[in-house]
Amino acid sequence: MGNSLHNVITQAEQVILGKPHQIRLALACLLARGHLLIEDLPGVGKTTLAHALARSLGLQFQRIQFTSDMLPADILGVSVYQRESGDFKFHPGPIFAQMILADEINRATPKTQSALLEAMEEQQVTTEGITRPLPSPFFVIATQNPTYQIGTFPLPESQLDRFLMRIQLGYPGEQAERGLLAGVERREIVSRLIPQMEAAELLALQQQVKQVFVSPALLDYAQAILRHTRESARYVHGLSPRAGLSLLAAARGWAFLDGRSAVIPEDVQAVLPGVASHRLQSVQDVQISDGDKLARELIEAVAIP
Amino acid sequence: MPASVGTVRIAELEPAMQLNTHLIYGLLICVLLISIPHAEHLPFWVSSLSVMLLVWRTYLAYCNRPLPPRWLLFAVMAGSVGGILIGFHTLFGREAGVTLLILLAALKLLELRSARDATVVIYLACFVIITGFFYSQSMLTALFMLATLTVILATWVHLQSGTLALRPRLRIAGILLLQAIPLAFILFVLFPRVEGPLWGLPQDAYTSSGLDDRMSPGSVGKLALSDAVAFRVMFKDHPPQRDQMYWRGPVLWDFDGHTWTQGRGSFKPPQLDSLAYPIDYTVTLEPQNKNWLFALEMPTQISIPAAMTYDFQLRQNSPVTSRERYSAHSQLGYRANAEEDPRQLQRALTFPYNSNPRAQQLAREWHNNSTSDEAVISTALAYFNREGFHYTLSPPQLGANEIDDFLFGTRKGFCEHFASGFVFLMRAAGIPARVVTGYLGGEYNDLGDYYIVRQSDAHAWAEVWLRRRGWVRIDPTAAIAPARVELGMAAALPESDSAALPLMVRAQSPALINVPSWLVNVRFKLDALTNKWNLWVLGYNPERQFAFLTRMGMEEITWQRMAFAMMAGMALLVGFFTLLMLRQLTVRNIDEVQRLYLKFCRALAKKGIVRETHEGPQDFAARAAQIKPQFAPAIADITARYAALRYGQSDAMDVNGIQALRRAVAAFKL
Repeated sequence: MGNSLHNVITQAEQVILGKPHQIRLALACLLARGHLLIEDLPGVGKTTLAHALARSLGLQFQRIQFTSDMLPADILGVSVYQRESGDFKFHPGPIFAQMILADEINRATPKTQSALLEAMEEQQVTTEGITRPLPSPFFVIATQNPTYQIGTFPLPESQLDRFLMRIQLGYPGEQAERGLLAGVERREIVSRLIPQMEAAELLALQQQVKQVFVSPALLDYAQAILRHTRESARYVHGLSPRAGLSLLAAARGWAFLDGRSAVIPEDVQAVLPGVASHRLQSVQDVQISDGDKLARELIEAVAIP
Repeated sequence: MPASVGTVRIAELEPAMQLNTHLIYGLLICVLLISIPHAEHLPFWVSSLSVMLLVWRTYLAYCNRPLPPRWLLFAVMAGSVGGILIGFHTLFGREAGVTLLILLAALKLLELRSARDATVVIYLACFVIITGFFYSQSMLTALFMLATLTVILATWVHLQSGTLALRPRLRIAGILLLQAIPLAFILFVLFPRVEGPLWGLPQDAYTSSGLDDRMSPGSVGKLALSDAVAFRVMFKDHPPQRDQMYWRGPVLWDFDGHTWTQGRGSFKPPQLDSLAYPIDYTVTLEPQNKNWLFALEMPTQISIPAAMTYDFQLRQNSPVTSRERYSAHSQLGYRANAEEDPRQLQRALTFPYNSNPRAQQLAREWHNNSTSDEAVISTALAYFNREGFHYTLSPPQLGANEIDDFLFGTRKGFCEHFASGFVFLMRAAGIPARVVTGYLGGEYNDLGDYYIVRQSDAHAWAEVWLRRRGWVRIDPTAAIAPARVELGMAAALPESDSAALPLMVRAQSPALINVPSWLVNVRFKLDALTNKWNLWVLGYNPERQFAFLTRMGMEEITWQRMAFAMMAGMALLVGFFTLLMLRQLTVRNIDEVQRLYLKFCRALAKKGIVRETHEGPQDFAARAAQIKPQFAPAIADITARYAALRYGQSDAMDVNGIQALRRAVAAFKL
């Protein structure tokens, strides 16, 4: 692992106190070229985390605050008539950036949500018949309020699936909270963060992550997990093949962050709650926050072959 | 303190095991499935009560309502037992026992509180399933029970595993059943069979359908509507002509104007001479609850103990209550009792003199106008042939003088009318005659190379005694409907009647091609299969067991040897399955690297540090190192080597790496 990546983690840990695991998960997700969904109550540091990561990774950053009256054009951009030249000129929307923070994505209407999600999937935007590529690398970190809160349009399963991982931050620990309350305002710290790498370097790291080795023994384990979700009566649906691919990609990212050139079962177990919790639904209709618990049950139910 | 302990106990007991709703549905289906085969013979109130209890339980499970209180269940229970006692006068025996068990199973569902209750229901279901065999032992029944057993097993797996989905559950149940098949086979083949009442079913397990020992107008015609199998015949060489296939059954002597009965008395033993056209065959007789056996006229030898009566019937001492198989030898050409006792002949001339005056009159005319008995017989047959008689399944009602009414009035009848009328005429004309009942013909099943004789082949004919020729068979039906003798019933009956015949009987006739040939073919195949089932599964008695084991090369067959062979076979099979399972459990993927790592884990496990099955190597190493810090470096070293070999990109055949790991594991001593 490059030194710069280590610095990114260190910087982020200074901003988000007491959440090293979540920071590493978020980074692993970015390294695996996946989009990240952070779900939690307002005010636990979702936006700050996204912002800190963007600053440290040296990416162009755009924040889109989703509201219920937002239209797709507000994200993608719009063509405006030029009186001087007599033709239309495209004004790119906020989505034309390397890192997008889609804040409170579930407050927008499904129409607007799907405009963003389409861009995430295709890495390009098509308006008025013209297709325009998005910058590379392209990340979306979306935050979402718990769906039981007022004024939310929950993302359907098919769109949740577009996110490689979903993580939760949770309340900070006793000590971390003390540091937070006593320290400087977070926004100030973020604005002072120094970029630790450039976009090109990040692209190279992503290529390296792809090279992380997955052995047949580990594939056995991954398949055992998938099979269990499909055979068990505990879940409404088993994990899809796409979820299986995501699991391996995220595990590669995690192994890379740990400085290993091969994936071991612990890597899979570390990312499994993030990868599986938004894709699994318990048969007994429990709250979404129990997705993590489901994933931990899953880990304990599957023996490592 | 004691008070708090008490409350805790109650709190633990009450909601204890909330059984899964799906499991409850599974148990409901089990109880429903085991009850279905009994529905037709259970008293109506039992069936409806069971259904009500099941519906009630389904409703409670669906709405997640609490179970009914115990006193209510007790009241229902007491009422049921009372009802059974009133209805059957006992709680034991086949009917009452099965009824009680089914009600108990349904009631048990209503006090399904814990896993233990569910287990009880499953065991009860497994027991009740057997009782279906008290009523039917057909292949279809067996298949249905197999399906039911699969469902019960799947429910049991559900109870045991908890979270498994339906499909894997059914798969496990299927595997369990498949594994049980060889065991069941060994038990079936080798379990010493003892002949005796222990294995027999109670007398009331058999209903008799078939020929009776009395005959009145309509009694044979009634049988024509049944396509139930009476017996199956396999001929050793060429089968005889169809018009020679007279299967002799009860012989009827005494006539009271309406009914022919067997009568009593024997004066002269049966005697056959001038034998010709020998024929050998094997009969598999369906249970009929009657003493007689059927054989081609006239039988001379039979392979099972049976006596030949004075009128050439084969009889056993006890009724045929289980499928009976025997081979017999018959002579199609014979002279029967050419010397007959005068008292016997006198019996064959007796008839109620004050009835049927017109028939008597006609017979006397024939007698006076004829020179010989033979001439009288041909006159009578010609009379039947020419005077507009009809062969029909639905003859009109007859008046007080039945014979007169038939001969001069309706002139429509089935074989019993003709046989009865003919014998009456003969007796009135002074020729000794008697009625013989049995079966005529049979349907060839070319798939199994045997003949099926059905109840619809039942027939009645006549025998007359002629000087020097003895008893001679005369079939008056042949005079009116020769097709009945040559082709079978369906061909002989008018179109309107044959529609009433069972499908299979109609299908026999080549003249009526209104049954598709594939259907006939399917039925033949099914019957061939049923025959095999009857022979080898239901008919696997001591003799067949002996024959089979001898053919398998077993010598000196005693029950001790069979029991030994059975135990040995079971032990071998169970051992084999155990090995197979152990292999799957532990030896799977046991490449060298994994083997060494597992050895390392065992070494730690001996010190109480057991790796969880889901615990990755690094997590485990960290935990172990925490407990045994002095070995941390060795543990880390072995784990790193193992992870590199198993998960790393290193060559799988990295001999040096494996060597190093082996040395490290060997050196690892706690």
